[in-house]
Amino acid sequence: MILDSKVPAGPLQEKWDNYKNSVALVNPANKRKYTVLVVGTGLAGGSAAASLAELGYNVKSFCIQDSARRAHSIAAQGGINAAKNYPNDGDTVWRLFYDTIKGGDYRAREANVYRLAQISNSIIDQCVAQGVPFAREYGGLLDNRSFGGAQVSRTFYSRGQTGQQLLLGAYQAMARQIDAGKIEMMPRREMLDLVVVDGRARGIITRNLVTGELERHVGDAVLLSTGGYGNVYYLSTNAKNSNVTAAWRCHKRGAHFANPCFTQIHPTCIPVSGDYQSKLTLMSESLRNDGRVWVPKETGDPRPPSEIPEDERDYYLERRYPSFGNLVPRDVASRAAKAVTDQGRGVGETGLAVYLDFRDAINRLGKNVIEERYGNLFEMYERITGEDPYQVPMSIFPAVHYTMGGLWVDYELMSNILGLFVLGEANFSDHGANRLGASALMQGLADGYFVIPYTLGGYLAGMDAGDTDTNTAEFAQAEDESRARIDKLLSVQGDKTVTEFHRELGRLVWDHVGMSRTKEGLQGVLSEIQRLREEFWENVRIPGTPDTFNKNLEFAGRVADFMELAELMALDAIDRDESCGAHFREEYQSPEGEALRNDDDYAYVASWEYTGEVSKPKLHKEELEFENVKLTTRSYK
Amino acid sequence: MADRMTIHLKIWRQEGPDAPGRFERYTVEDANSHMSFLELLDVLNEQLIREGTDPVEFDHDCREGICGSCGVVIDGIAHGPQRRTSACQLHMRHYADGDTIVVEPWRAKAFPIVRDLVVDRAAMDRIVEAGGYVSVDTGGAPDANAIPVPKVSSDEAFDYAACIGCGACIAACPNSSASLFTGAKIAHLAALPQGHPERARRVVRMVEKMEAEGFGDCSNHAECEAVCPKGISISAIATMRREYMKAAFAGQDV
Ligand SMILES: Cc1cc2nc3c(=O)[nH]c(=O)nc-3n(C[C@H](O)[C@H](O)[C@H](O)COP(=O)(O)OP(=O)(O)OC[C@H]3O[C@@H](n4cnc5c(N)ncnc54)[C@H](O)[C@@H]3O)c2cc1C
Ligand code: FES
Repeated sequence: MILDSKVPAGPLQEKWDNYKNSVALVNPANKRKYTVLVVGTGLAGGSAAASLAELGYNVKSFCIQDSARRAHSIAAQGGINAAKNYPNDGDTVWRLFYDTIKGGDYRAREANVYRLAQISNSIIDQCVAQGVPFAREYGGLLDNRSFGGAQVSRTFYSRGQTGQQLLLGAYQAMARQIDAGKIEMMPRREMLDLVVVDGRARGIITRNLVTGELERHVGDAVLLSTGGYGNVYYLSTNAKNSNVTAAWRCHKRGAHFANPCFTQIHPTCIPVSGDYQSKLTLMSESLRNDGRVWVPKETGDPRPPSEIPEDERDYYLERRYPSFGNLVPRDVASRAAKAVTDQGRGVGETGLAVYLDFRDAINRLGKNVIEERYGNLFEMYERITGEDPYQVPMSIFPAVHYTMGGLWVDYELMSNILGLFVLGEANFSDHGANRLGASALMQGLADGYFVIPYTLGGYLAGMDAGDTDTNTAEFAQAEDESRARIDKLLSVQGDKTVTEFHRELGRLVWDHVGMSRTKEGLQGVLSEIQRLREEFWENVRIPGTPDTFNKNLEFAGRVADFMELAELMALDAIDRDESCGAHFREEYQSPEGEALRNDDDYAYVASWEYTGEVSKPKLHKEELEFENVKLTTRSYK
Repeated sequence: MADRMTIHLKIWRQEGPDAPGRFERYTVEDANSHMSFLELLDVLNEQLIREGTDPVEFDHDCREGICGSCGVVIDGIAHGPQRRTSACQLHMRHYADGDTIVVEPWRAKAFPIVRDLVVDRAAMDRIVEAGGYVSVDTGGAPDANAIPVPKVSSDEAFDYAACIGCGACIAACPNSSASLFTGAKIAHLAALPQGHPERARRVVRMVEKMEAEGFGDCSNHAECEAVCPKGISISAIATMRREYMKAAFAGQDV
C-alpha cells in the first residue's frame, strides 16, 4: 500500500490556499442531509462539532465524561501559541513553522506544520470573540509569554488555566448548537468499535456507561478526536479516563498507527511519592520563564536547598545550553534531569527530583507578580506536597505527558480508511518526534475550527447522504464482537485487579520504552508484555455486571488495549535505529549525550498496519521530504 | 515522610436511581498521609474487589481540581473540610490516624443518583445551553486586539470563568439553588464587551431554565461560596440579579 499524504502542489506558503481554492464544496442546503459522528469533546472534537454544526451538518457528539466540558483538554495549563507578533519581537508565521518542525526534530510533514502556523492567528481571534478571558496588559491588549524551544514570546494564556478557558469556549459553542438542535450530545458513552461498510467508515458502536447498553450509530463520516495514549504508562499527567481504545479499535479495523514510540516526557512534574499513586501532576512549562532549574554540585548533598550556597549549585540547563537556558525543549530538559539524577545529584527523599527555584524571580519582580502569573499552579503544588513554593524551591521530575504518535492521517486529516478523520492528539500529524509547549492546544483547535470544515466537505461532496443504516451485517458483527469481548473480560474472574495489571504494564513501558531506550531492553520487554497480556486474560478480576455503571469494566477494556499498543510502541522503537526528539536510543548519542539523528535512513513516518496478529504488524514508510528547511542538528546551546 | 494511618469510612451505597440507599462501614488500614482522598478510595476499592464486593463508584478524571468530575460530600461538607479544594485535591495529611470519615453523594432534586457517589448533573449543561455563550460562528472574528478590554474587566471575567461546573454550590445550598453556577457564567460574559450584545437574552433564558430544571431559589445563605473549590464570589449572584432586572426593564422576553 502506498501512503498518499495528499499534500497540495505549489510553494509551501500557498499550499493551503491552493487547497481551499480547489476543494469541492457541499452546498448549504445539502449540508443538513449529512450526519457526522464526532467522538470526543476535547479541544479538537468540541471545536469540530461546533463548527460543523454551524455550517449546517447534523452532528452527533460522544464523550466518556458526564459532560462535554470535562474532556482532558480542560487540564491544559500554560498556553497556546500563535504567530501574532504582538510583542514585536520578530515572530512570523515562518518562524512558528520553523520552530515547530525543528522542535519535532524533523520528523513531521512540512506542509501540515506550515498550515498549522498559518492558522494559528485565526484561533486567537475566534477564542477572544467567544469571550475567552486571555491575560491582558494594562492597556487592554493581549499579553504573551515564552515557552520552550522558542526565542520569541508567542504564547497566549489565561493564568495557569488556558486549556480550561479554551475548552469552555468550544463547549459553549457546542452548547449553542445543541440548543439549536444541530448537535445531539451523548455523554457517558464509550466508543468500542468502528463500523466500516464498503470500505468507508460509516458508524460506531458505543457502550452507554450508565446502563451498559451497546448502541449503534450511523453517519456519513466519523471524526475521531479521542486524545492521546499517555496512560499506557499508568502514571502520567493525563486524566484517568484518557485512553487509546477508540484509536486502537480503528487500528484493528485497518487504520494505520503512526510513530507510536514518539511519546513525550515532560520535565516538570511533581515527583512520585508512593505505590498508591494514581497519577502525576504537571507543573506547567511556563514556570520555566521565571523558575531556575538546579541540583547541588556534590552528589548526595544532604542540606536543605536554602543552605546550599550559590557557588555550590549547578544550574545545569543554563550551563549546558546558554542560549536557551531553562527554556530548552522538553525532551532536552527531561534527559538533562535524568542525567543529573543518574549521577546521584538528585534531591528529595527518593533522589529522583531536581529543584525549580523561584527565589531570584521573587526578589526581582516581587511575590505579587509571581502570584499573578502562576498563582493557581503554586496553590496546586502546595495542596499536593504540603510545601510552599514561595518559600522553598519546587521539587520536580519528568513524567509522561503527551503522545506525538497516533493514527496516520493525510493532509486532509483522513486516515487510510475513507471517511475516518482523526483530529487533535489522536492523530500523529504535526509534532514529529517532540512537541513544543503550547502547540497541542493550537493543533487541536486548528484541526477542529479551521481544517476539518474544509476537508470534510471535500470528502462528503462526492457522496450520497444517509445511504446506509444500522441494520447492516457490519453493524451487527461489530456489536456482537464488542459484547463478546465484554463477556470474556467478565468471565475470567481471576485474582489480580485491573489496576495491578495496569501498574505492572506501566512499569515495563516506562523502564524500557520511556526516557531512554536500548535495543536490548526493547527486545527484552516484548516478551514481558506478551506474558503480562496472557496473564491478564487468564487472571484478571473484574467485579460487577455488564449492564450497570461499572468503572472497573471500562478500565479493563482500556488496559487490554494498552497492552497491545505497548508492544507496537516497542516494535516501533526497535525499528528506529536513531535518536530523534523524544525517542532517545542510548546507542545513538554524541559524546556530550545529545541525540544523534540519522536522516539518511530514518526521515520517514513509521506507519503500522494491523495484520490480524498483534505481534506481527506490517511497517509502511511515508518518506518525509524537506524542500524548505535544511535538516541540521538541533542545537539549543 | 509519609505516615501510615488507619482510616474508617462510612460511605453511601446505592445501586441505582430508584434503589434504596444505605451507609456501609469500611476500614482502610494501609492509608498514608501523602495520599489524596481519591487515592484512599482507590485503595479501598482494590480491597473490596479482592474481597469479592462491588467497589464504590465515584466520578473522577483529572485529579487536579479542574475538570469538575469529582464531587462528594465529606463529613457533611461538599468537597470536604479544606477550603477552596476539590475532593481530588484533598490530602490525607489533614486527617489523623483512626479518624472516621463520612462520604455521601451530592444531594439535590435536580441531581438524580446514578450509582453510589455518582450523580447525574446534566441539568447544569442544559442551563448553559439556554444561553451561556457568545453567538459567534467560526471564521468571522475580528483581530483579537481589535477591541481592547481593560485588564480589570478581563481579570474579573476570568475569576468567574474559573468555575469548574462540579455542582458543589448546588449540593451545599439548603434550597439546591444553581444561582452561583448560573451567575458565574452570566457575570463572566457580562464583564466582557464580547458578551454584551446578548446579555439580556442570556440572563433571561438561563434564569428561566434554572427554575424549570427544578433548582431552588437563592435566599442568600452563601453556603455555595464557602464550598466552591475555585472560590467564585457570590457577587456573581448579585450581577445575575442586576442583569435580570435590567433585561426585564428593557422589556426582554424570550
Ligand atoms: C496537564 C496537562 C497540561 C497541558 N498543558 C498544555 C498547554 O499548556 N498547552 C498545550 O498546547 N498543550 C497542553 N497539554 C496537551 C493538551 O492539553 C492535549 O494534547 C489536548 O488538550 C488534547 O486535546 P484533544 O481534543 O485531542 O483530546 P482530549 O482533550 O483528550 O479529549 C478526548 C475526548 O475524547 C473522548 N473519548 C476518548 N476516548 C473515547 C471513547 N472510546 N469513546 C468516546 N469518547 C472518547 C473523551 O471523553 C474526551 O471528550 C497539556 C496536557 C496535560 C496532560
Ligand atoms: S477529578 Fe477533576 S476536579 Fe477532581
